[in-house]
Formats: sequence, C-alpha cells, structure tokens
Amino acid sequence: MSVAGCAPSRPLWLLAELTYACPLQCPYCSNPLDYGQIKDELDTATWLRVLREARALGAAQLGLSGGEPATRPDLEVLVAEARRLGYYSNLITSGIGLDAERIGRLRAAGLDHIQVSFQASGAELNDHLAGTRAFQHKLDIARAVKAAGYPMVLCFVLHRDNIDDMDAVLALAAELQADYVELATAQYYGWAWVNRDRLMPSREQLARGEAVAHAWQARLQGRMKIYYVVPDYYETRPKACMNGWGSIFLTIAPDGTALPCHSARSLPGLSFPNVREHGIDWIWNESPGFNRFRGFEWMREPCRSCDEKERDFGGCRCQAYLLTGDASQADPVCDKSPHHGRVLAAIEAAASTPSEKPLIFRNPRNARTLSG
Amino acid sequence: MSGTVRLAPGYRFQWEPAQDCHVLLYPEGMVKLNAPAAAILEHCDGSRDAAGILAALQARFPGVELADDVHRFLEVAHERGWLRTV
Ligand code: SF4
Ligand code: SF4
Repeated sequence: MSVAGCAPSRPLWLLAELTYACPLQCPYCSNPLDYGQIKDELDTATWLRVLREARALGAAQLGLSGGEPATRPDLEVLVAEARRLGYYSNLITSGIGLDAERIGRLRAAGLDHIQVSFQASGAELNDHLAGTRAFQHKLDIARAVKAAGYPMVLCFVLHRDNIDDMDAVLALAAELQADYVELATAQYYGWAWVNRDRLMPSREQLARGEAVAHAWQARLQGRMKIYYVVPDYYETRPKACMNGWGSIFLTIAPDGTALPCHSARSLPGLSFPNVREHGIDWIWNESPGFNRFRGFEWMREPCRSCDEKERDFGGCRCQAYLLTGDASQADPVCDKSPHHGRVLAAIEAAASTPSEKPLIFRNPRNARTLSG
Repeated sequence: MSGTVRLAPGYRFQWEPAQDCHVLLYPEGMVKLNAPAAAILEHCDGSRDAAGILAALQARFPGVELADDVHRFLEVAHERGWLRTV
C-alpha cells in the first residue's frame, strides 16, 4: 500500500484475521502450521472493541481475512461497525461462504471492497491446488461481486505449478472484466515454507511470467490494472517488510494475539500481547513485542551502518529467522548479508526438487503431523 | 475532458482526525492529500464539470490564479484512476 507522506508509527493498516477456519487447503497458506490448536476465537464484542480502539489510533484501512472470513456469521456486524467508524474495509476471501445475497447484505452494511482469490485459470488445477472443488463457485462469486457494483479485484498466488498458466489466468481475468489483478508469487512463510522447494518457480519461469504479464499490461492498459510481484529470493535487496516493524501494520490473530505482521507469531523468544488483556494503545505503543524491532537500534551489522537501512529496514524479521535462526540478522535476501548463500542454496534446492514430489496441503491431518 | 467529474467507484475521500488531513482511500491503499488537492476533490462530487469545479474554487479563493493548478491536478487524478468523468 502506498502511504505517501503519512506520519510514521500509527497502525494505519489493521488486519483482522477473523478465523483460521477455511474449507480450502492451499499448500502456500500463510496461516501457522499449528492453526488447528488455536481454537479460542475472539467474540463479536471484542472485535468491535478492537475496531474502535485501532480507529482511535488512526487505523484507516481494514483487512478482513483469515482463514476464510466468510465463515464468521458476524461478518456483517463487524463490517457495519467498521463503516460507521470510518474504515475502508477490504474483504479478502476465497469466495467460499459467500453468495449473491450475502454480498448484497455486506454491501448494505458498508463493505468497501472484496478481493477474491483464485488458484488457477481452470477447474482442474484450481481445485487440485485448493484441495477441494471451488472453481465454479469462485467464478460465480467474482461475477456477483462485480454485479453488486464493486470493482473486481482478483488475486492469484503464483508458484511453480501455476505460473506457466499465467496467460490463461489473465485471459480469465479479462473475460471476467476484472478491474485489478494481483499476481503475487508465494512468499515462503507458514505452509509455503514447508513446501518451499516445491513451490519456488525457476528463474526461467519467472522471466516468462513477467513477459506474459507485461504483454497483458500493455494490451489492457486503462481497463485492467495488473500487479506482478516476484519472489524476493531472486532479488539482491530485501523488501521493506511491513514498511518496518511496528510502523503502520497491526495484525490481530483469531485468538486475539496482536502481531506486527501475520507471520511474527512463529518468532521464538518474543511474547506478543493479546487484546483480551490489553488495549490497542498499549499494545501498539508500549508492548515489548511491538518495540522489539522498531526503528534501527536493534540492528546488527551489516544493517547497522548501512546507508540503505531507511529504505528496507533490514528486510523481513521472519525471513531472517527462518533462514539464519536469528531474527535480528539482516534478511539474507540482501547480498550484503553473510548468510546470502542460504538464499542461493534454497534456489538450488528448489531447482533439484522434482515436480512429482507431493505438495503438503494445509489440512488438519498435516497440521497434526507438522506441529507435533 | 468534458462531463461531470466524480470519484471512481471504490474510492472514498474523507477527513482523518488522527492524521489531521484529508485522505483518499481505495482498495488496499491510501493517499494523504494536501489542502489544495483536498479542496479540488471536495468538488468532484458528480455535480460539476471541470469548468464548474474551477468556478466553485475561484469563488472560494478570489483573486488567486487557479486554472492551471486545477486542470493539472484533474489530469493527474484521472491518470491515476481516482476520478471518472461521466
Ligand atoms: S491460503 Fe487457502 S487455505 Fe489458507 S486461508 Fe487462504 S484460502 Fe484458506
Ligand atoms: S545490509 Fe541490511 S539495511 Fe543494508 S541493504 Fe542489506 S538488509 Fe538492507
């Protein structure tokens, strides 16, 4: 999101992960591996309080996600309060749990925008990747979103198994008269971390994908906006993750844990506050978890003395932890990091992983196996 | 550019007390607006064309030469997809 000129350190973006429940089983899901053990979801009254308190601190963009947020029967109530408070609300959905009638109710409650995710351009691959039959319903929902007067925003998560399908993906988006299409390469957290070697596209695939995206961008200029996000493993500088820790993003997990980003709960040795025990003001401004990597004081070399640190904030803390075992290291995507070799090794490992190797789908059985 | 000017669907223009400024909100994005930009957008409510917007602003700020700035802003805002002319 662009926040040109906005004052720093306000939770401008509130991501409300309403639930980890989801009927789909995407192997790149960013939910934690032990999502099945986190059952104690916040009730409606607590979510309403969270919305009010974050808005008072300046939150303006609200993401309603999950899991599948439409599994929450109180979605309409939360949307209505969000609208009353002045949020711009974004529903990030797989489409499952919605129908034209419910979209109408959400619209009446004041929902501003719906983003529908697809896994691929056709039923067979889509439903294989989703681990369930969902494609036809997604098409219906995409059309219903448009018919309700919303801009149509489609999201495709790209990886080795569907990136070569991009031409068909964009043809489908054009046929559906999408207004925005987000082509985001899977980022390696949560389930995608477990499947990384199987999901990472090759350099050649990325180059082909980019050429296809650019051709469609030129063809549909002014009609459909196409965003193409490449995986940072192929870069030499990290992304400015979350625009800096505790800078503008506040995530509330389904159980009320407050996080500077939705992957942060996997970082060891940090404790994150819960909205059941603390107000958002304290959580954002005072809690040790939100201050741990705020600003530049926590940095080690090479970041500490680097003249680029104000641009990327040393990259992603979760990626630093996953690749080096230490969250206060430079993000190893950076080629100034002494651990950059681990990113290159990951690319190598992916290249030598056959596509026949099965993907590990996000489901309760695999969750039990992986989280012990 | 002819016809009346309004915000594109999915865009919302509002005052943000916590930031002490107007903002433009759209799917997963936000732009903070300076006072002149906010004054122009305030008039893009579907009831006026570009000339009408300029006239309304000129009435509010008499004696200031606004035409170039207003037209340039409307052009840029169209290019960015913020506005629709119908
Ligand atoms: S990524 Fe897939 S499995 Fe995970 S929450 Fe989203 S739709 Fe459900
Ligand atoms: S050394 Fe650290 S601050 Fe400098 S570019 Fe690399 S990650 Fe960013």
